[in-house]
Parts: sequence; C-alpha cells; structure tokens
Amino acid sequence: MKQNSRARVLGRIRQALLDAPPSPEPARDYLTAHTPDDKAVILDLLHENLADYRANVHRTTETDLPALVAELLDRHGAQTIAVPPGLPVAWLSETTAQQHHDTDSLLTPHELDTTHAVITSCALAIAETGTIVLDSGPGQGRRALTLVPDLHICVVRAKDQVVGSVPQALPRLDPTRPQTWISGPSATSDIELDRVEGVHGPRRLDVVIVTR
Amino acid sequence: MSGTFIGMPAFPKAAHEAVRDATLRANLRHATHTIRDKRAVAVAELADWAELREAGKQIKTETLRNLDTYLVQLEEAVTAAGGTVHWAADAAEANRIVTELVKATGESEVVKVKSMATQEIGLNEALEAEGIRAYETDLAELIVQLGEDRPSHILVPAIHRNRGEIRDIFRDTMGRWGRPAPEGLSDSPAELAEAARLHLREKFLRAKVGISGANFMVAETGTLVVVESEGNGRMCLTLPETLISVVGIEKVVPTWRDLEVFLQTLPRSSTAERMNPYTSTWTGTTDGDGPSAFHLVLLDNGRTDALADEVGRQALRCIRCSACLNVCPVYERAGGHAYGSVYPGPIGAILTPQLRGTTSEVDASLPYASSLCGACYDVCPVAIDIPEVLVHLREKVAEEGGKGHRLEKAAIKASTWVLDHPGVLSAGERIASATRKLHPRKLPGPGARQWTESRDLPDMPAEPFRDWWKKNRT
Repeated sequence: MKQNSRARVLGRIRQALLDAPPSPEPARDYLTAHTPDDKAVILDLLHENLADYRANVHRTTETDLPALVAELLDRHGAQTIAVPPGLPVAWLSETTAQQHHDTDSLLTPHELDTTHAVITSCALAIAETGTIVLDSGPGQGRRALTLVPDLHICVVRAKDQVVGSVPQALPRLDPTRPQTWISGPSATSDIELDRVEGVHGPRRLDVVIVTR
Repeated sequence: MSGTFIGMPAFPKAAHEAVRDATLRANLRHATHTIRDKRAVAVAELADWAELREAGKQIKTETLRNLDTYLVQLEEAVTAAGGTVHWAADAAEANRIVTELVKATGESEVVKVKSMATQEIGLNEALEAEGIRAYETDLAELIVQLGEDRPSHILVPAIHRNRGEIRDIFRDTMGRWGRPAPEGLSDSPAELAEAARLHLREKFLRAKVGISGANFMVAETGTLVVVESEGNGRMCLTLPETLISVVGIEKVVPTWRDLEVFLQTLPRSSTAERMNPYTSTWTGTTDGDGPSAFHLVLLDNGRTDALADEVGRQALRCIRCSACLNVCPVYERAGGHAYGSVYPGPIGAILTPQLRGTTSEVDASLPYASSLCGACYDVCPVAIDIPEVLVHLREKVAEEGGKGHRLEKAAIKASTWVLDHPGVLSAGERIASATRKLHPRKLPGPGARQWTESRDLPDMPAEPFRDWWKKNRT
C-alpha cells in the first residue's frame, strides 16, 4: 500500500511535468546584507531590533556578567534556574538561585514548568531581524529547556557570535542540529491581528550582549 | 469541530449572506487594514524586495519542475536522519496513516500545531471518529475549535471574531475541554492570551503525540521548518515522544541556503514582522532532544493535478503567507467562510478549484470570486499571477459549461448573428438612437439590475457612429 502510493504520486508528478519547459538555475540578485560591515553598527542594530520586539537588552563585559545575571534573576524574582550542560560555571557564580542542572537525568516537562528561569549561550545572533539562534550546542541544551520556564536569559558574545543578516547566518549553522530561532518573547497576532507579547513560550526574554 | 465546509453554497450566495453581517465586515475591515499597512512598512525596509521576490519565484518554479527528484532526495535524507517517510495519494490515505500511527502509540489524544494541510484533509474529524481527540494549540485555531466554528483566514483562522466574541467563547467553553477560563476574564488581548496559556499548558506537559505541518522541507538535508509566533509550535514539536508531520509535496525546497530567501520574505508578508518570534528546524530525530520517533507524511491530494496545468501550477509556489487575503477587496467584504474551503481569499480561489476540481457548485464559482484588480499579485512574495490563473480557470469552467454558461453561449450566438448581418445591426442602432429619450436609467433583469443600482447607464448618442462617419468623413 505504502509503496504503491509512493509510486503513484511520483508517477503523477512525472506525468504532470512531461511538457513542462526546463527551469533555469534561480537568479540570486538580492543583497547578502542590508547593513554595512561595521561591528559597532551591527551591534547597535541587534540591540535596537531585539528591543523593538520587547526583549530586554543589556550590555556588559565578561567580568561583570555574573553580577548582572544575579541581578536579572533577582529583578524577576526567579528563585530556581535551569542550567544546560556546558554553561560556563562563572556565569552563575554570584546568584543564589537554586540551580537545576539538565545533565544526567533530564528534567521532566513538569519539573521545567516549576523552574522559574533558564540561562543559555547561543549559536548566533542576527542583527537585521533581531534574532538569536540556539542549536543545542554547549551552554544551550536541548530545546525544551528554553521553552517551558517563563524567563530566558540568553548571553551573546559580541566578538564572534553576531552577524548582520539572514543570508550571513545560514552558512554558519549546521542543519543537522535541531535549531530554535528566537526573535523576542513569545507573541501572538491572533486577536484582531494586533501583536500581544507572552503566550506559550517564555514571556520574558533578556539578552545580554557581552563585549570585552 | 462541528463546522464543516461540505455542502457549502456557491460563492455569490455565501458572500451575499456574509456582507449583510455588519460585525463580520467590521472585524475583517479592521484586521485586514491593520496588517496591510504594517506589511507595507516591513517590506519597504528591504531595498532588494523585488530581487528576493524574484528569487523566491524562481526557486519554487525550479523545485516544482524537478519535484520528483527533490522528493526522493528528501525521503532519503529524512530516513537517514532517523525519520520515517509515508506517501499519501489523497486525504483518506493520509488520515488513515496518521490514525494508525497514533493508535500504535496507545494514546487517545494529540496536540496539534496549526497546519493547513491537516485542515485540508479533515484530520481532526477523522481522528475523532476513531476515538482520538486532537487539541488545536494555536490561539486562533483554539478559538475556532472551542467556538465549533470554521477557519476564515490562512494565518489567523479566527480573524472574523473580535475580542468580545473571543472572551465569550473562552468563558463559555474552555471548561468543557479542560481548564476553565479565569474568573472575570476581560476582553483585553493580553488577558485572553494568558487564558489560552493556562488552558493549554497542562495539555502540552502531558502530551505524548504531536502533529504538525511544515512551512518548508529541505531536500538536501531532510530538515523541516516551522515558523510560528506563540511557542505552541515549539511545545508540540519538542515535548511529545512521537511527532507526525503532514506536509504537502509542494513544500519542499532544494537547499538549506534557499531558506535565506523565504525566511526574509515570509514573516514580512505574513505578520509584517522582520522575523516571527519562533522558527524551529529539525532533521529526523536527535538523541535526548525532542521526540524519539518522527514520521513525515507526504501529501498529494490533488497537488499533482494542479502541477499538470501549465498555467495553474504556479499556485503551488504559495508559501501560505496570506498577504493576498489582507489586500483583497472581495475577501475584505465577503470573509473567508464564503470560499467554502480552508484556503480562502485570492489564493484559495485558484488553489481550491485545482485541488478539488470544479464539479461542485462552490468550487466552480470560486474563479469568479474576484474583481481581477491584481492587488494579490502585487503583494505575493513568490509572484503568483493570481489574476492570470483566475482567468484561465474561468475558461475551464466555461468550457465545462454550467447553467450560467449556457445562457452566455446563447447570448453570444445571437449577437454573432446580428454582427454577421449588417442590415440588422444598423437598423437596430438607428432605432436605439431615435428612442433614446425613452431609455430607462436602470436595466432590468438579474445581474444587470444590481450593476445599475449604483451606476448610471451611459447616454446613448444622437446617431450611430457609422452614420456620423458617413456624414462627416466620407
């Protein structure tokens, strides 16, 4: 049955295309980026676009990061935090929040639901669209981790993790890894096509851009 | 969902009823005008929009031209990454495959990400008949499901409902499906979204089976892509143990790189955002991250019929952004339900008759549900020439010959006779000129009467043109 339908669908496609003219290689005359190749401009744009979609954006240095993380957790009243494998230990050195490490025995969905916050690094950030990309690499963890807790703190390294545009981002990402592209906190336009922040994903997204 | 599209009247009748619904018209006008202006701003940000649009068109055209090759490549890549690929020739087969897969897990409920393909095949009803309950988790789909309603927009299926109506639906029905709406729920969109969050969270956390569609499937890598806003998609794609994705065969793109075009054009065309809040990509299964079983059901269900039509096949380029709905003067007034299909608006008017054929009254009427103004073509991010396809489909419907077309043919036959007999023609013209004082300002008869209700007939000249020409120029 299954094999029959496969052959049938492929057969119909071939039949349908018998008279179709050959199609040339697509022209790609669009721009690689809409932003000048200037680090400072790209960082400012990332900041602006993230904020435009209601992410809270902070800039700090490697040294001051642990204090900022502790402060952000306090500010949101987060007493428990999910920690992905591979997250630099120093980032949490100043917070007193209880840490739930997602290592040997994975946290269940219900355990994640009662965890207030999650902190991760990222694979990449895209300035033009105000997007951070997670690919479950070190310090990011599996996808559920950044989905169920209500506060997500994401740390972006300005030095080598920020690109200008979508066409610049894709070649740097590995499609075999599961990815989540995040542009601001969860939102919906389903009521009168008006954007409202905060539905099923984390309702608060804090992005920390770390410069030297 | 008890709402159904089966047995829908033809578009003119359904539209006639819809335009008399003042609330519906006000809701639609408000929503479509809001989004169309925002879209224009989002698109204007990109200086190379025209080139992105052209690239999107060409990538999709090339994909469709070699669709068999890309689907086989996709199948290999998905299988190599730990997924299982199923082929469904029609809706019944797709429903059967999904039902069997769910039954094999031993579960009797599933959570669903908004998906046009599963609506098209009536999956929820098919599952229900087998004792499996499907929970829609997209906010608008939830509103439609709770309200026992039908979707009326591709992106925002509950666009025909305003905040007050949504509040009433939540308050009256949520308790029957699970966690009731909070006491004293107001009609503020933020509170309504919060109510949906609370209502659905328990379902996400216990779900063992998720069902989705996909916006794109990458042939070279076997990667599926879902773009969304709320996070319900991420919940369904990530938390369950089994994931079943039902995807139309035209959703394949050849390469990972091709996404650089569509991830720029789709969000701006659809929700007028630079980027939608969440995009998920996955390739087969990944140990310790997300579902341990992944099934991809590739759906034909009339797509190969559309592919065989050299003019109509361009409709398969559609990436379901719904920009054409939001600018369409006919959609704005008639609403989505009048189209009798899950695909309303201009794209629905060309897609539905090709997927389902034109044997039913409503499907045969759809190519006429347009003023051919061309606004849909202007905003389409893959440059589907919707007016061209509409005219082409009208020709096909006319050739097949329905009731209206027999009258039209008789009229044309009569006028051919008159035009073939110059004496008859000039006598008729002179009589018309001589009696012009007696001509009515309005025309009688069906069609003509409506036309002249809001328009004056042009004045008849004092003498026929040919008589004037003879006197003055010869």
